[in-house]
Amino acid sequence: MSEHTPHEVEVLDTEPTHHSEHIVSPKIYGVIFGALLLGTGLTVGASYLELGIFNPIVAIAIACIKAVLVILFFMHVKYSSRLTKLTVAAGFFTFIVLITMTLTDYMSRAWGLW
Amino acid sequence: MDSQAIATQPVHGHDEHAAHPPYLRHHFATVEQQRETASFGMWLFLLTEIMFFGGMFAAYLIYRNWYYPAFVAGSHQLSIFLGTFNTAVLICSSFTMAMGVHAAEMKWRKPLVGWLLATIVLGCVFLGVKADEYHEKWEKHHVPGLNFSVQDFTHPSAQYKEEPPLPMDMAQKTQVYFSLYFAMTGMHALHMVIGISILLVLVVRAWGGAYTHGHMTTIENFGLYWHFVDIVWIFLFPLLYLISRHQ
Repeated sequence: MSEHTPHEVEVLDTEPTHHSEHIVSPKIYGVIFGALLLGTGLTVGASYLELGIFNPIVAIAIACIKAVLVILFFMHVKYSSRLTKLTVAAGFFTFIVLITMTLTDYMSRAWGLW
Repeated sequence: MDSQAIATQPVHGHDEHAAHPPYLRHHFATVEQQRETASFGMWLFLLTEIMFFGGMFAAYLIYRNWYYPAFVAGSHQLSIFLGTFNTAVLICSSFTMAMGVHAAEMKWRKPLVGWLLATIVLGCVFLGVKADEYHEKWEKHHVPGLNFSVQDFTHPSAQYKEEPPLPMDMAQKTQVYFSLYFAMTGMHALHMVIGISILLVLVVRAWGGAYTHGHMTTIENFGLYWHFVDIVWIFLFPLLYLISRHQ
């Protein structure tokens, strides 16, 4: 069994990895809850408008805003450590890269020519 | 070889360490570090879930581009009312879960049990509506592979008379839409079933005070899972239910 010297424990303690003890107030949850319901109404309403190519763009944009609200407030990422923020951001970044590369391959093939 | 020492509990007891709460594992220096580690691990798991659902979203994206008229016709068979209702139910359940996490943070035992129960009820309402929608799909012969007919798409009924009839080859492609519909909402529903099962255990343990006397990392991390499932639905709803509703 390795033993932590008091010094080591101290170093671990001062690393900026620990959860902040921030408790999100129910008021903020309520506001986000209202915003999410509003977003749902907006996305249904927008789907009935003739926006051409912007219909799916508006739908995805509203969904992204709702997702970001959930992630930042319900999932506490706004109040989390930099490690958590970096993890979440890296995950979504990787996801975007994978989707982009898939679509790049899909669009750049000579469909029907081989 | 020191394998024996690894396999068994260390014989020296707590008295050799500084005093610490019973829920602080020995390999962590502080409760905050333990909490952060658990949260980090939970997020890594959720990232794998993003990739899992992401594969289906990528398939959806490409097939929607290929067979757009079939996707429009398939989407118009879904009930906007039920979809919107279920979205609202799921958002409510995310709110009750967030309030449950707050109750756990405040060490309020009964409110925690109440919020968790509310989350279970809302989750069950969602699944009930989903089951009703699946049942309707079965009755309308819109289940690819098991019970499917292109009749509604080649010869739209009077109820859908504004829908243009699709040529046979495109009408067949509505099966791609419904396959993705069942795959995506089915995997989402499976996550809900798993979530509700875990919630039942959490409620019993919360009633016994497990999270209000000990630490609430479990509640916090389960909240992350539940909100993630909500986020998946936030994207599924417009993509599956709301394609070209203005037509």
